[in-house]
Amino acid sequence: MATLVLAVTIDWVIPRFMPGNPIQILISRANLKAEAARLIYGHYMQAFGLDLPIWRQYLNFWNAIFHGDLGISVWLFPRPVLQIILDAAPFTLGLLLPAILASWFAGNWFGAFAARSKRLDNTLLPISYVLTSTPYMWLGILLAWLFGIVLHIFPFSGAYDFGMMIHWSWAFAWSVLQHWFLPFISLFLVMFGGWAIGMRNMIIYELESDYSHYLQALGAPRSLIRRYAFRNALLPQITGLALQLGVIVAGQLVTEMVFAYPGVGYLILQAIQNHDLFLLQGCFLFIVIGVLIANFLIDVAYVLVDPRTRTGMQGAG
Amino acid sequence: MFKNRSEFLYFAWQNPKLRVGLAIVLLMVVLALAGPLLTRWTPREYVAPGPLPPSSEYWFGTTSFGEDVYTQFVHGLRATFIVGILGGGLGTLLGVVIGFTAGYRGGTVDEILNMFTNIVLVVPSLVVLIIVVAYLDVRGFLFESLFIGCFAWPWAARAIRAQTFSLRTREFVDLARLSGMRPAGIIATEIAPNMLSYLLLVFILQFGGAVLTAAALDFIGLGPTNSVSLGLMMNHAVIYGALLLGMWWWFIPPGLAITAIVGALYVTNVGLDEVFNPKLRET
Amino acid sequence: MSLEVRDLTVYYQTLRGDVRALESASFKIDGGEIMGLAGESGCGKTTLGHSLIYLAPPMKHIRGRVTLNGDELPIADIDAMNQHRYRDISIIPQYAMNAMNPVRKIGKMTEDLLRSKGIDFHEIWPALQRRLDLVRLRQDVLDLYPIELSGGMKQRMVMVLSTLLNPFLLIADEITSALDVASQKAVAQMLVQFREQDCCKSAMVITHDISILYQIADSIMIMYAGQIAERAATDTIIHAPRHPYTKLLISTLPEIGAQYATAKLHGIPGKPPLLLDPPSGCRFRDRCPVAFEKCTETPPLIEVAPGHSVACWREAAHA
Repeated sequence: MATLVLAVTIDWVIPRFMPGNPIQILISRANLKAEAARLIYGHYMQAFGLDLPIWRQYLNFWNAIFHGDLGISVWLFPRPVLQIILDAAPFTLGLLLPAILASWFAGNWFGAFAARSKRLDNTLLPISYVLTSTPYMWLGILLAWLFGIVLHIFPFSGAYDFGMMIHWSWAFAWSVLQHWFLPFISLFLVMFGGWAIGMRNMIIYELESDYSHYLQALGAPRSLIRRYAFRNALLPQITGLALQLGVIVAGQLVTEMVFAYPGVGYLILQAIQNHDLFLLQGCFLFIVIGVLIANFLIDVAYVLVDPRTRTGMQGAG
Repeated sequence: MFKNRSEFLYFAWQNPKLRVGLAIVLLMVVLALAGPLLTRWTPREYVAPGPLPPSSEYWFGTTSFGEDVYTQFVHGLRATFIVGILGGGLGTLLGVVIGFTAGYRGGTVDEILNMFTNIVLVVPSLVVLIIVVAYLDVRGFLFESLFIGCFAWPWAARAIRAQTFSLRTREFVDLARLSGMRPAGIIATEIAPNMLSYLLLVFILQFGGAVLTAAALDFIGLGPTNSVSLGLMMNHAVIYGALLLGMWWWFIPPGLAITAIVGALYVTNVGLDEVFNPKLRET
Repeated sequence: MSLEVRDLTVYYQTLRGDVRALESASFKIDGGEIMGLAGESGCGKTTLGHSLIYLAPPMKHIRGRVTLNGDELPIADIDAMNQHRYRDISIIPQYAMNAMNPVRKIGKMTEDLLRSKGIDFHEIWPALQRRLDLVRLRQDVLDLYPIELSGGMKQRMVMVLSTLLNPFLLIADEITSALDVASQKAVAQMLVQFREQDCCKSAMVITHDISILYQIADSIMIMYAGQIAERAATDTIIHAPRHPYTKLLISTLPEIGAQYATAKLHGIPGKPPLLLDPPSGCRFRDRCPVAFEKCTETPPLIEVAPGHSVACWREAAHA
């Protein structure tokens, strides 16, 4: 909760300290005569509430949020910010969620596998290190170039073919899928590396624990020991997911920018270039709230999965 | 821990991960330091009529505007290292101060600092950085490093705090306290030596993280724009159509360098960990 | 029915060379016998215990054989030994309190373990219930997670688990070390009960606390620096030891009620040798009050009286 309040406050505070005034910029782009400019300036200042005392603006901000009103975009005036973001959100989530899930499961599975044999370990580990060190945008660029331009297999820009409008049809779905694939793989590969390394280390740690040694001493088959190690190693990986969200979101943003994928990340880029204060604020809020919700869900999931959290530390006599 | 410096060096040298990792990092450092000396141009100088592939004259080819890619590359490497060290250093410093205080004092101080750490940890730092940098509109390496360091420290703080907790309750510290040593003395003589190796590990990771974050910021266009950096090179490459024109020599070297540096840092980290922690060494 | 060990030698592989943790151990444990294995820390008793059941790297089998009722046990072969583990030889480890999977219910873990060894849980179920009663654990403990049990309860649970298949030899590695005196007595007595109830045929009780062995062991084997020093019936070891080390060891045990004014505590001067490059011959000779030139040769373990073996040149002369 505290995080939310702080985040919202930061979100509100920062643009207030910026040099320059979005209304000014908007007006100057409109090329009006001085008299008209003054009038319109005053009007908009009032409309956007920038003429009110600071504390009033802050409270209004909170009020507006609770009403789902994130303001009106300056760049894409007069569309409301919330709507712009909601239009872009499905693209972001459609890329982000499958990438996270797929990489988490695949990475954990491969990492566990690598811990079994030395040869597999020696191949998988270096690859994973390279993958996790790769900057998201560079991998995106590489894939876009290789598969998009050189090999002409996949498109590398936008979420669907330029000529198309959003509608339900097989052709549209196919186009979306084609455009979706490269950014997805780009995100997937980098995250995969991280999970694989983490899981491999956790499994090794679990295999050296007392309970593993006990089962070994009693002659339990390797499959049982490995099964226990795997399940126990997954738990910290769940917490790890929550901690990595910040990094993952950053990767998502940057990947969208490379592929001009119309998600929230690309929106941020455009908001920056067009000095759209409200849109930027809105995007930031959207992302932060999303991350907080995700954190909350992951925390809940962890409590459900780890029995130690439920029973607490009460020792029976 | 080690009988003497030479024993440490022996184990360090034996470790293949450490050797390979450090070798790559050093190679890059050499390139960053000496590279610009090998070129007679400046990064933004127009030396060719237009985009040219690599040749004996232009080792990495030229950009759409005719700037020498190799020159940009080695200057960009310098920038990367500067930001990595400064940003990573600041992150480590903040992390040490906050983490150590939390770990050593415990109690309410710890709880407050912990809450603060978690807040900063959860918020996606790149997004905040974007907002801050975009609106304060200050560029330059120092500011970039400052911003990066200000958001990278939670990872370091957590690690240092955990390590401090474990060290604080070790017997030799209790012994020192019982014998009446003052807290500052205890910190200096008992705890610090054990922490130093850990600090090095933390710094390496912070360095790597700073490099990646800086690359992302530069790529978005929020890094220093008057000088060149690897991320900025990639930004220009994409904006000015290097992809479509197939100018692979423009965008492959910067990303490759970052991958190599960060990867080498991670591997060095693992290797160093093995050297410091005998239990991890494979027989 | 017996377990016979002949010339068992096990080293630890380390970066600096081989640590000679166990050198030429030979002894026999009869069915129904509780043998105590005592000595200082690092004398090789845990190495001996573990090499009988799970000899894995960094432990290296150098030479020696172990036979159970005449059949050779493949202790050097990790995979082949699996069919003997738990059935013929079992262990209550030193880390018994952490030996159970923390995120699995105890009953579930037991079921998994038994099933993986091809044993039907339902068939074992009545025996399991009886054992739980024997160690005074509630039946519902199977529904709990290890974290919900106290240290003592966890240890007793592990004792039940380890003996579920009625092994011939139960190795009990420092099972009383982490307990208070009252619990120590209870656990030691439980061990004797196990033998009475046929939960195990014989036991090897590894400990550095000789007073416990005095209570429950039939015979005691004293080890020093990887070598067996002496083996005899409990009474003999306590009251009439013959090896110089054993004599010193027994004499350093404080009597109950002795006070500083009446008798001083003394130890054995010196330290055990490092086993990375141990001295040749008898490894106790540097601290031994009666050492002489012949001690540079390794003394063999000689039976000086029925059931009483000593590895000492001085005593060999009086055999």
